[in-house]
This record gives sequence, structure tokens and C-alpha cells, in this order.
Amino acid sequence: MKTKESLNSEAVEVLKNLDGKALTPRDRLGLPCQEMPEQVPADRAHNFSEVALGYGEAQARVEALRCLQCKTAPCVSGCPVRVPIPEFIKLIVDGDYAAAARSIKTVNMLPAICGRVCPQETQCQAPCTLGKSLHSIDKAVSIGRLERFAADFERENGLSTTPTVKPETGKKVAIIGSGPASITCAADVRREGHEVTMFEAFHKPGGVMVYGIPEFRLPKAIVKREIDALAQMGVLIDTNVLVGRTVTLAGLFGELGFNAAFIGSGAGLPKFAGIPGENLVGVFSANEYLTRANLMKAWDHDHAETPIYPSKIVMVIGGGNVAMDSARMALRLGAQEVHIVYRRTGAEMPARAEEVEHAKAEGIIFDFLQAPTRVLGTGTVNGLEVQRCELGEPDGSGRRSPVPVPGSERPLPCDTVIVALGNESNPLLKQATPELAVDKRGRIIVDENGMTSMPAVYAGGDIVLGSATVILAMGEGRRAANAINALLAGAS
Amino acid sequence: MNRIVSKYQLSDEVFRIEVEAPMIAKARKPGQFVIVMLEEEFSERIPLTIADADPDRGTITLIFQTVGASTHRLAARKPGDSVGGILGPLGNPTHIVNFGTVVCVGGGIGVAPLHPIAQALKKAGNRVIAIVGARTKELIVMEAEIRAIADETIVVTDDGTYGRKALVTEPLKELCGASPKPDLAVAIGPPIMMKFCAEATRPFGVHTVVSLNTIMVDGTGMCGGCRVSVGGETKFVCVDGPEFDGHLVDFDAMMFRLKSYKNQEDEAHHRCHLDLEIDKAKDTGRLQRAD
Ligand SMILES: Cc1cc2nc3c(=O)[nH]c(=O)nc-3n(C[C@H](O)[C@H](O)[C@H](O)COP(=O)(O)OP(=O)(O)OC[C@H]3O[C@@H](n4cnc5c(N)ncnc54)[C@H](O)[C@@H]3O)c2cc1C
Ligand SMILES: Cc1cc2nc3c(=O)[nH]c(=O)nc-3n(C[C@H](O)[C@H](O)[C@H](O)COP(=O)(O)OP(=O)(O)OC[C@H]3O[C@@H](n4cnc5c(N)ncnc54)[C@H](O)[C@@H]3O)c2cc1C
Ligand code: SF4
Ligand code: SF4
Ligand code: FES
Repeated sequence: MKTKESLNSEAVEVLKNLDGKALTPRDRLGLPCQEMPEQVPADRAHNFSEVALGYGEAQARVEALRCLQCKTAPCVSGCPVRVPIPEFIKLIVDGDYAAAARSIKTVNMLPAICGRVCPQETQCQAPCTLGKSLHSIDKAVSIGRLERFAADFERENGLSTTPTVKPETGKKVAIIGSGPASITCAADVRREGHEVTMFEAFHKPGGVMVYGIPEFRLPKAIVKREIDALAQMGVLIDTNVLVGRTVTLAGLFGELGFNAAFIGSGAGLPKFAGIPGENLVGVFSANEYLTRANLMKAWDHDHAETPIYPSKIVMVIGGGNVAMDSARMALRLGAQEVHIVYRRTGAEMPARAEEVEHAKAEGIIFDFLQAPTRVLGTGTVNGLEVQRCELGEPDGSGRRSPVPVPGSERPLPCDTVIVALGNESNPLLKQATPELAVDKRGRIIVDENGMTSMPAVYAGGDIVLGSATVILAMGEGRRAANAINALLAGAS
Repeated sequence: MNRIVSKYQLSDEVFRIEVEAPMIAKARKPGQFVIVMLEEEFSERIPLTIADADPDRGTITLIFQTVGASTHRLAARKPGDSVGGILGPLGNPTHIVNFGTVVCVGGGIGVAPLHPIAQALKKAGNRVIAIVGARTKELIVMEAEIRAIADETIVVTDDGTYGRKALVTEPLKELCGASPKPDLAVAIGPPIMMKFCAEATRPFGVHTVVSLNTIMVDGTGMCGGCRVSVGGETKFVCVDGPEFDGHLVDFDAMMFRLKSYKNQEDEAHHRCHLDLEIDKAKDTGRLQRAD
């Protein structure tokens, strides 16, 4: 495995050979794809530092030079918020990295985060012309890594600027939750000069980005920077407030005098498998496991007061990002053996390709075509019974559905089971607010502007989309902010 | 940050604190609880029942027993000190109507969460019979407060050092066997006590409400760590409870889950005793107030 330094020196050589000459598209196609430098798997499996180390400057330049600067920019249409991709990449080529970051930030407030966690292979990088020409999506321009490079450069060099805020309007907007949807909405509404208060149930703002996604994938200092930026803009952040319980939605408008509200409360209701034995000691939802580990810092054994279960052999049920995160976290917390138990095959796994590769390199064992049928043990877990599956016809999601083979049950010995089957909508706010319309799955129903069934109440992110992504949540936050700003401008 | 306004030691291991939390004081109803974090960064989140509230002064009252590291650290705080954060009110309020005659059973520290419920039941017109129990005299708390509300109060201790020498289940059984039998029982205390209270009332068909104290993390229904099996269905204590039909709760599984982190907790408690001069906190047996 090459170090960050050696990868960057290779890129320096490439740049030297180009010697500033004008590149034809053919030249660009011939430039080497820039690999992401990473911590060595054997080391990183036992620490909590970020796995992907980020491009050096030369690497970023070479990768940026690969971009064909397509007139039609199909990549842009693959990005949910339409980041001006060729434009910011051109700025990296020109060496104006801070300008590149500013360019991204015109539509995406959180590039350091999206560059790290967006599923680029299904979004911006999927339609990339370069990848198409080279017949491999893996050879598309690494847009996400470049986005991260520009954002990190800006942040690490203290070049980030706080967006300007228009004169105070005296209007008050409540933002419920503090995940990516809420952060985006809060910033966009605040920019117009409205007073914005963000209410978060937890003691720390950031949503899934702080309690779910682990440090080794998204350093919490980066999320904190974004929250601090909101505070600098004058957004008031009120933690330990559970809207619906501490104060109702009606109370926000009534006594507290808010003029509009945005609900970005996330999904936040763990799905269990519904199999016998799931309440035994040693069975956790991924949410609980990851919250203890991340938000409550159980990984920091010397300081944290929240305990985490001491596991030796862990079975993680599921095949998405949440499953990968749980498995890799369990490994880092000292488990000797960690399995991913998934009903289908690797091809159907919804997790990002990069996360799966990382997990494999770290030594996570993948047990495909295994459906859990029972958690075994008395009081405490001592195994997971699984049934072998075969792939049948495609189901509603277009993926081939697993068909269990009767009689193929067998026990997998383990002491911990982490259920990572995703999240549904947390019903708490709905229960406290009967007039809020939700669909059958508890997702808040909104119109094309993000407005709910209640006047001046908007919603977005996972609570509207079901479990989605950071960037989609941000897009929803922005859409609602536009509508809120229009509403408040009209009302004045 | 929430400032502790006053602190009072009720018994060797039981403390009462009054702490500023204006929004919670206004919103809370009997049966609800809060989650307290001593410090923002590394503390545990500990659920505690709201024993009382003063919406005018913007304070809530918490009564807690020092069982492990976090509760010991809380007990060491003085009036004027703050805690890092309080989230609440959480859980569903107790269903309060005029049932008729209600037996309220409080074991040990369970009397604290029972008190506001008994008070509300009385206010709704119920005849309230209270059974207050503990292992020994020293551990009986809030007897006077309960006596002030209840139409009848029975005090029992396991060792007979105070009141009748009995377990709470004995007078409970007698009351259920009498005619007319009570319309409802509410039992709050250690899980084992609630389990046997439910067993005591079951043969008489007296509906029995228990308030469960599972391990919690968020308290908002997000993690599922507080789940219990009630009538064969999985429920989350923080959002579906904390009160459930005692005849349907799988107490044995719940008690197992409460011990999930026993080893780490013992270690933490040990560490905490070493770095905390707990005895200093203990000689503060008088009422302390912040100015
Ligand atoms: C483990 C894990 C890994 C993931 N990995 C990725 C990834 O790699 N890439 C990606 O794009 N997406 C990923 N996702 C999905 C992504 O995190 C979510 O889609 C996104 O965070 C949703 O944002 P949101 O703003 O809707 O809400 P959330 O981030 O869910 O935040 C909601 C916040 O609202 C608070 N809240 C809820 N109810 C209330 C209330 N009533 N009052 C006050 N506060 C309240 C919650 O405490 C929470 O902090 C992952 C999710 C998980 C769980
Ligand atoms: C809804 C609810 C209301 C409660 N109300 C009160 C109250 O009014 N007064 C009071 O004294 N106690 C109450 N408890 C219990 C209280 O939360 C625990 O005693 C406390 O968290 C223990 O923390 P510790 O660090 O001091 O002890 P630890 O060393 O962590 O644990 C000691 C014992 O407490 C149990 N415990 C540990 N963590 C929790 C937890 N998060 N929740 C519940 N039990 C736990 C353990 O099983 C163990 O036996 C309540 C619990 C719940 C769920
Ligand atoms: S925000 Fe995400 S999808 Fe859009 S360009 Fe950046 S990495 Fe790609
Ligand atoms: S599609 Fe690919 S090559 Fe074309 S502009 Fe976008 S990133 Fe560059
Ligand atoms: S404490 Fe997390 S769901 Fe109840």
C-alpha cells in the first residue's frame, strides 16, 4: 500500500511531465486515476482516526486535470444539489483551491462532509463522461475526493468565511433537529435576517453525522466547525429540547412567538428483525451501538462514563452503510471477529462500494445469502441461527429477493448481535401533533415546497424521505428555506 | 446547564435536589421523567423521574438513590453547582381518572416517582391507600409526604425495624382479598418488587400499573436500548412507557437486561469512589440552598 507521500510524489512527477502543455481529451483520458491515500488496514482497524487521508495538492491537480470539462456536464445532473462540478474542478486545476471551495458552497454548504460521505458512485460520478469513456465507473473523475480536497484546504488554511446576514427582520423561525437538513435550512433562513433557533433533543447538534456516522469516516471536528459557523451567523442552538415534549409545535408558534418552523427530525426509529431472542442481552440496534460509541464516546474508555458491551464475536445483520459502520466500529472496539450477515449477495448490498472495500480490507467477514432466524441464548446471547438463502425473482426494489432454503438452519456462535436494518420514522412528534399529516410509514407529507399539512410548518430530510442521504437531506433543507423566506417576505 | 437550587439528603443513599429547568417544569405531568447529564462531554445519560415541579420558580425536583458512579457524582454536587444538561419531560404521563380505590405501592426509592402519581390520583377523586416499604427503617423515604396525601398509609420493612415486618406484597394481597377489592394498583420500586406485586394482584384480577426503569440512552425512541417485552410485544419504555400493565411485563428478561453492563458499572463505581470523596457529600444531611 502506498503512503500519502508516495502517492503525491508520483503525482508531482506526472505534473512535471505535463510541463504545463495544453492537454487534449486523449491526454486526459491517459492520466492516471488518483488513488485515495489511506491508513494501513492493520493499523486503522484498531484506531478511531480517519481512514481516508485525503489527496495531497499534486494528486488533486492531476485528478482535476482528468476532467474533460464537458459542455453538457452530465455529472452535475447526477448531483442532487447540482454542484457546479466542472467549474470547481477548473479552479482546482488553476490552483485556486479556496475559490473552488467557494464555488461548491454556492449550492452545498457542507462540502467537507459530502466529499466524504456522499454515495458518489450512484450520484455525480455515475454519469461522468470520463468513466463512460474508460468503461468503468471506478475511472470516473473522483469528484467527491476533489470536493473534500477543496473544502479541507479552505478550512485548514483558515479561509472559510461566514456567510453575510441581512439586517434583522424581527421574524422568528424554529428549526427542529440539527442534522444536515436542519443545518442547511437554518443557514439559508438566517442569511435573510430572520432570527433562527435550532432545537436539538440530544446534548450535541449534528444529527446522524455526530451520533451515527463514526469518527473514522467523518471526523466530528468537521461537523463541529459547521455548527460553529451557524453560531457565528447568529443561529441560536438550543440543545436538550425535545419538540413535542419539552415544548409542542403549537407552543412554538403560540407562547414562543415563532413565525415559521422547519422539521428536520430525521428517521430515528430502529428496525428490528422481528425474530425470537432479539431482546436478549447482547443484542443491539445499530443506533444504540453507534450512539454509545460515537456520541457518548464509549470508545474513549478512560474518559467516557457510558459503557459499551465487551464483544468477542459480533454478528451484524444488514448490508447498508449502517451495517458497515457498526461492524467496523465493533472491530475497533476490540472484537476479535466481526461478521456481516446479509440475506442477498455482495452485488445487492446497498452500502457504498468504498465502505464495503474498507470493511473487507480491515478483516470483516461477509456471510452472504444467510437470513437470521433466531438469536440463541438464555438471558445472554450465545449465537445467531441463520438459514441459507438462494436468490429468486427481483422484488419491488428491483433486487433479486432471497428465498430461504428450509432445513438449512445452522447456528453461528457469537456473543453480540447488532441489528442494522435501517430506520423508520420516529413517531414522537407526530403523536404530539395530531394535525401533522404523515403517510403509512410515518413520513411527514409535504408539498413541492416542503410545506406540511400545517400552515407555516415545513419539513425535510429523512423524516420526509425515509432513510436517505446527507446530500438529499440538505437539498430538502434548502428547498424549505426558500419557501420559508418567501413566506416571511410576503407576510411583512 | 441547569443550576442546582437546593439539595437535601433523605436517607443514607437517597438525595433530593431541586434544579432549574423552566420549560420542563411547565410541561411535565405526573409519571414523566428526565434524562440528566452531569457534564456535556463524557457523562452518562441517567433517567430520573420528576418527583415534583414548581413552574413559577422554574424548577423540578429529582429524588435519587446513589447506586453507581453517575448517581454518586450527582450526589456530590452542591447547591449553586450545575449539571450539564437535562432533557425532558420524557415518557407518557400517567393515565389519571377517578378509578375508585387505588392502592399505591412504593418500594425504596420508588416512593419518589410514586408521590406525584398518588397526588394526582387523589386530586382526581380516588381513595388512595398507600403501601410504603423498604429493606430497613433507614431506607424509608417520603413517608410524611405520602401520609399527607393518602387516605390510609401502611408502612412495612423487611427486617421489622419500622412499621410492620413484611414485604409490600403482604398488605397488597390482603387489600386485594378484601371486599370491595381495589380498582387499581400502582407499583413502583425495584423490578423484583414490581414483579411480585404483579403476581400478588394477578389472582384477584386487579389491574396493576408498573413504572419500568430500564437502561436508556437517548430517551426519544431512537436507540431501542430500553426495550422490554410486554404481552409478547417489544415496547420502548422511554416512548411507549414508562408505565405498563404489570401483568403483561416480562420482568425476568428485563432484569437480565438491567445487568448488561454490570462489570463495567462496578468498575466505574469503584473508580468513582476512589476519585470522589463521597463521604464529604454524605455529611450534607441538612437542607442546602443556593442563594
Ligand atoms: C450509521 C449511519 C451511516 C450513514 N452513512 C451515510 C453516508 O455514508 N452517506 C450519506 O449520505 N448518508 C448516510 N447516512 C444517512 C444520513 O446520515 C441521513 O440521511 C441524514 O443524516 C438525514 O439528515 P436529517 O437532517 O434528515 O436528520 P438527522 O441527521 O437524522 O438528524 C435529526 C436530528 O433531529 C433530532 N430530533 C429528532 N426529533 C426531534 C425533536 N422532536 N425535537 C428536537 N430534536 C429532534 C435528532 O436527535 C437528530 O439529531 C447514514 C445514516 C446512518 C444512521
Ligand atoms: C424512567 C426511569 C425513571 C427513573 N427514575 C429514577 C428516580 O426517580 N430515582 C432514582 O434513584 N433512579 C431512577 N431511575 C434509575 C436510574 O436511572 C439509575 O439508578 C441510574 O441511571 C444509575 O446510574 P449510576 O451510574 O449511578 O449507576 P450504574 O453503576 O450505572 O448502575 C447501577 C444500577 O442501576 C441500573 N442502571 C444503570 N444505568 C441505568 C439507566 N440508564 N437506567 C436505569 N437503570 C440503570 C443498573 O442496572 C445497575 O443495577 C429511573 C430509571 C428510569 C428508566
Ligand atoms: S454534493 Fe455529493 S453528489 Fe454532489 S457533487 Fe458533491 S459529492 Fe457529488
Ligand atoms: S462528466 Fe466527468 S469529465 Fe465531464 S465535466 Fe463532469 S466530472 Fe468532468
Ligand atoms: S432510550 Fe433509546 S429508545 Fe428508549
